[in-house]
Amino acid sequence: MSKHHVTATVNGDVVEFLCETHRSLLDVLRDELNLTGTKEGCGTGDCGACSVTIDGRLTCSCLVLGVEVEGKAIETIEGMAAGAVLHPLQRKFLEHAALQCGICTPGILIAARSLLERNPDPTEEEVRYWLAGNLCRCTGYHKIVDAVLDAAREMRRQ
Amino acid sequence: MSEMRYEAPRTLAAAIALLSGANGQASALAGGTDLLIRMRAGSVEPALLVDIKGIPEMTSIVAENGGYRFGAAVPCMELVEHEAFSTAWPGVIDGVKLIGSIQVKGRATVGGNLCNASPAADSVPPLIAAGAVVGIVGPNGRRESPVENVVTGPGKTSLAKGEIVTSFLLPRRPPHSGDAYFRFTPRTEMDIAVVGAGVNLTLDDGGVCRQARVCLGAVAERALLVPEAAAALIGTRVDAAALKRLAAAASAACRPIDDKRGTKEFRIKVAGVMARRAAEMALTRARRKN
Repeated sequence: MSKHHVTATVNGDVVEFLCETHRSLLDVLRDELNLTGTKEGCGTGDCGACSVTIDGRLTCSCLVLGVEVEGKAIETIEGMAAGAVLHPLQRKFLEHAALQCGICTPGILIAARSLLERNPDPTEEEVRYWLAGNLCRCTGYHKIVDAVLDAAREMRRQ
Repeated sequence: MSEMRYEAPRTLAAAIALLSGANGQASALAGGTDLLIRMRAGSVEPALLVDIKGIPEMTSIVAENGGYRFGAAVPCMELVEHEAFSTAWPGVIDGVKLIGSIQVKGRATVGGNLCNASPAADSVPPLIAAGAVVGIVGPNGRRESPVENVVTGPGKTSLAKGEIVTSFLLPRRPPHSGDAYFRFTPRTEMDIAVVGAGVNLTLDDGGVCRQARVCLGAVAERALLVPEAAAALIGTRVDAAALKRLAAAASAACRPIDDKRGTKEFRIKVAGVMARRAAEMALTRARRKN
């Protein structure tokens, strides 16, 4: 089977990979590029664990084919911290204990950052609606919402 | 999985040539939020995927004759974030906003929501109520069709082989016009409509309804345009008596199925309630617009 040669940008770095037509971006990130921070939950776009941004647009990487990202800029959880310095959202998730098993956390962090880029001062309701596509089976969501609101407060002060 | 070709043409002509000339099944790929899941489940196995997102006229939102034309492959979030369009057609946006999560809407398209041909598609009733017209291109050239003529039943459309929906044209709105879409679901988000209702109406300077269109979703094999329900509003001030007649006409038009999301009886009753609420919101919005 012939493979497609794809060139894209991931977290600011130019990457090249070969993939078959049916391979998802999620598979490519995890299995070809070894970026395993992006998780697979449902594989059907319902749980949000595989959230990434493509050209700034939040999406589920399980619902994108690898071959579709030619020339696109992808951001994953691996690009969120600046070296050893955590993003305020990451720090607030730790402070508020907004994670337990952690499988949903990378997707929620990427989704929350996408919200705060568009709306630096969201209400609790806006946070809950924006994160409706990110399922967490451990926390009950309260601590996640608290952490996002607290991070937003801190980021507005900076 | 058998070998599958992928093409990303830059022109509509190239896309149509690929789709109509394919041996075996060819699928247009826009947002992929339905298609990829079906491919993975093995319920479709296209030999060719034609990615239509590289075609400029399929991904743009433009003003046209006082109305708007948006490409069938515009992601839902782009429509939601388009302030002028959202202000002009809030009822269409009510429906578009209900299609899946933010992540899904980042990819999913209104063209896909229509052509997937689910009777419960949330963007379809408000588009039909709006009087939207789709542009269709195929091997025999271009044609136009009211949105209500595209879907013929669950998973089935009137599109011929090689034809694709390219755009949606929303007409220029008279003053004092408003539209709205409401649906019933057990959850507020991430759910599929049990019943949906879109209402679009125009008032005259004296506040009397002069034009109306009412469309119901998830209560028949496809979205239903209900002229009897619209007639209950036209010539009235959309008062309580008119809304009651609207609700009765909406319920009378339903021919729903029983399924795990709702019984036939429940859907018939709730269709009237959703139509009334949508008309009330459309009225509020129409009064706000001079």
